[in-house]
Amino acid sequence: MADAVLIVALALAVVMATAVVLTRDPARQAIVLSAYGVTLGILFLVLQAPDVALSQIAVGTVVVPLVVILAIHAIRRQHGERR
Amino acid sequence: MSHRARFAVFVIGVAGLAVLYVLAAFRLPDFGGRFHPYGERAVTSAIAERTKNVVSSVNFDQRAFDTVGEELILFASALGAVVLLRTVRREREEEAGEHGYGPADVFDALRLTGYALLPVTLLIGVYIVAHGHLSPGGGFQGGVVLGTALHLLYLTGDYPALDRLRPVPAFEAGEALAAGVFVILGLAGAGLVIPMNAMVGLEVGCAIVLVLTKFFEQALLVRTDEAGKGEGT
Repeated sequence: MADAVLIVALALAVVMATAVVLTRDPARQAIVLSAYGVTLGILFLVLQAPDVALSQIAVGTVVVPLVVILAIHAIRRQHGERR
Repeated sequence: MSHRARFAVFVIGVAGLAVLYVLAAFRLPDFGGRFHPYGERAVTSAIAERTKNVVSSVNFDQRAFDTVGEELILFASALGAVVLLRTVRREREEEAGEHGYGPADVFDALRLTGYALLPVTLLIGVYIVAHGHLSPGGGFQGGVVLGTALHLLYLTGDYPALDRLRPVPAFEAGEALAAGVFVILGLAGAGLVIPMNAMVGLEVGCAIVLVLTKFFEQALLVRTDEAGKGEGT
């Protein structure tokens, strides 16, 4: 049973990691990255590392995608692009 | 350096890393096994300190030196963001709200959710920092939650309110103070998990706010003079 949960968590992380790589538009990629961060958080929780899971969810799903989105927005604005 | 030479250096580096990684991985204990040479020593000495959270004890008592390095990395990144992303000569910074960044058109549900979650999230952040020595979490996790909680105000579309809520000099001072006190505590020795957690929480929270502030300014307020005509969002 414990193994089944672990395998599901690992599979989820692999699927989302692949999705991040296969997403080509950087802005969308940041959102998928955020979802991938949640699956990594779940994986760490299953591996009984709640401290690491908390850090991962806070940094990986919020701060990093937010910084990426803001950077993309700044670059697009500097180049005068609208979308 | 030509493209070919750069590629050669890259291949040598990757090959060396791969060899070392594989060698290291073969010496690792089996995944999920019962043999934990480091864990047994760490848990024994954590219990000797009479702490309730072994992870905190490892982070702040046994390996406080590593944690100091970690905090200084974050400190350096915040410092780098503040220095590199300052407003340079060709740019000018607009006042928050000059172009109607807020209260912007957002769904009422989103606005309400943001306002409702802000105090709750701040409280959870303080809780995670304050209970770091008892339950999972601690200064780093709580600090990140505190640092990001403020930015829920951006979700509500009210960037000027967010701008008023985070005076940058105060956060710079808080970060420097917390980093300094943490180094002193780290040199003072073991058994100081609670104050160290508080200092890490303050330092991490301030660092996250500073980095995100600089990115927000770049994304919303700073514009170069040439490109800055007639494109208010």
